[in-house]
Amino acid sequence: MAVAIIAVQGAFREHGDCLEKLGVDYRFIRTPSDITDDIDRLILPGGESTTQRKLLHELGLFEPIKEFICAGAPVMGTCAGLILLSERISGGDETVFGTLPVSVYRNGYGRQLGSFSAVGNVGVIADYPMRFIRAPFIESVLSDDVEILNVTDNKITAVRFRNQIGLSFHPELTDDTRIHELFLSI
Amino acid sequence: MNNDRYQLNKELAQMLKGGVIMDVTTPEQAKIAEAAGACAVMALERIPADIRAAGGVSRMSDPAMIKGIQEAVSIPVMAKCRIGHFAEAQILEAIEIDYIDESEVLSPADDVYHIDKTRFRVPFVCGAKNLGEALRRISEGASMIRTKGEPGTGDVVQAVRHMRMIQSEISQLASRRDDELFEEAKRLQVSVELVKYVHDNRKLPVVNFAAGGVATPADAALMMQLGAEGVFVGSGIFKSGNPEKRAQAIVKAVTNYDNPDILAKLSENLGEAMVGINEQEIALLMAERGK
Repeated sequence: MAVAIIAVQGAFREHGDCLEKLGVDYRFIRTPSDITDDIDRLILPGGESTTQRKLLHELGLFEPIKEFICAGAPVMGTCAGLILLSERISGGDETVFGTLPVSVYRNGYGRQLGSFSAVGNVGVIADYPMRFIRAPFIESVLSDDVEILNVTDNKITAVRFRNQIGLSFHPELTDDTRIHELFLSI
Repeated sequence: MNNDRYQLNKELAQMLKGGVIMDVTTPEQAKIAEAAGACAVMALERIPADIRAAGGVSRMSDPAMIKGIQEAVSIPVMAKCRIGHFAEAQILEAIEIDYIDESEVLSPADDVYHIDKTRFRVPFVCGAKNLGEALRRISEGASMIRTKGEPGTGDVVQAVRHMRMIQSEISQLASRRDDELFEEAKRLQVSVELVKYVHDNRKLPVVNFAAGGVATPADAALMMQLGAEGVFVGSGIFKSGNPEKRAQAIVKAVTNYDNPDILAKLSENLGEAMVGINEQEIALLMAERGK
């Protein structure tokens, strides 16, 4: 079995490096033909969500990936990936997959000068180093079944809903693989 | 600038990878670029081809114009300051620009010193045509590198030359014995630590994009195959017949740079490319500014 990493734009290679460290097989997905039968879970990496949204649609990836998520395959979205998963995007942007019942606020901390790092608990994972790069935050959850995994500065930055994990920050930018391990355990 | 800020700035460049950063001169162009899938825009008063044509002294853009572009789009906005002009950089930091390009496209303000970029909280990208230049800019605090290429020409030859040079110098450095690195550091005029990093990791410690003369999807794919992690496109888009279509095609070409079937489709019916000028016809070599 292998993890699919959407590789249309952004920091997809970093996710691959994390999985390699854990000895897990992965594939970069750029065209529909890259989606092979051995894939059983999915990572949506950080990058620019507007760019990724456009490329997913125009490269014919949107439909097969949405089906994959709706079929219940485990999925993790980081930063831009969280935006793509969210059911609602504050400010009127059209939703992309819309499978994660949260409302997300893009560029929630402003421009690059607002980017920051913090250390906090993410669910049962203690003292996790979090990197927020022009990050979004979750302004509200839209279902009682959404488990809040982290709140930093009164803002929700990590959630889990069934087989989906959504993060404002970037576990792929740290050496700490515990979040990838959590994702792989789903 | 503390270490964590520098790290965060390098990480923003990582998020831009696999993307296209487009030169824009108005909020309308910025919106076209964003809709076409640009991962960031570079706000400037005149695109390099027009700077070249106009001659004279070329400076940082009007902050009001940059702010107009910041309000028009949600993607990162970059802007250029002159080489060595730290006051222009301070102004760009004051309006919370996402990235400053200390750029040879503008007239250099200092013919000896580059900006001490470690004194700023906003990130900097700098041009380089070889490994020494790249590492010197990094030791001055640049958190992203791009090839210089020859801006405003529509001729990719210099970007190719610079990317090949940087990549081949990295491979040569990586094959050196450990005890030869001290001499390499002297030759490159940078610290041994930086030289060791490149030696051990076979890459720069920051993201490296291609820039200067990229005009077609094929140009973008060429640069990506030569090792660029993303592409800046300046005059090539808004000096072409159909900017919208060309911009979209270049964005997709950067994602699928190693898929000739897709590149062939993308290259169809793009309308007139930027006419451009050949290297031999250029009176002013911008790449020779700031070494």
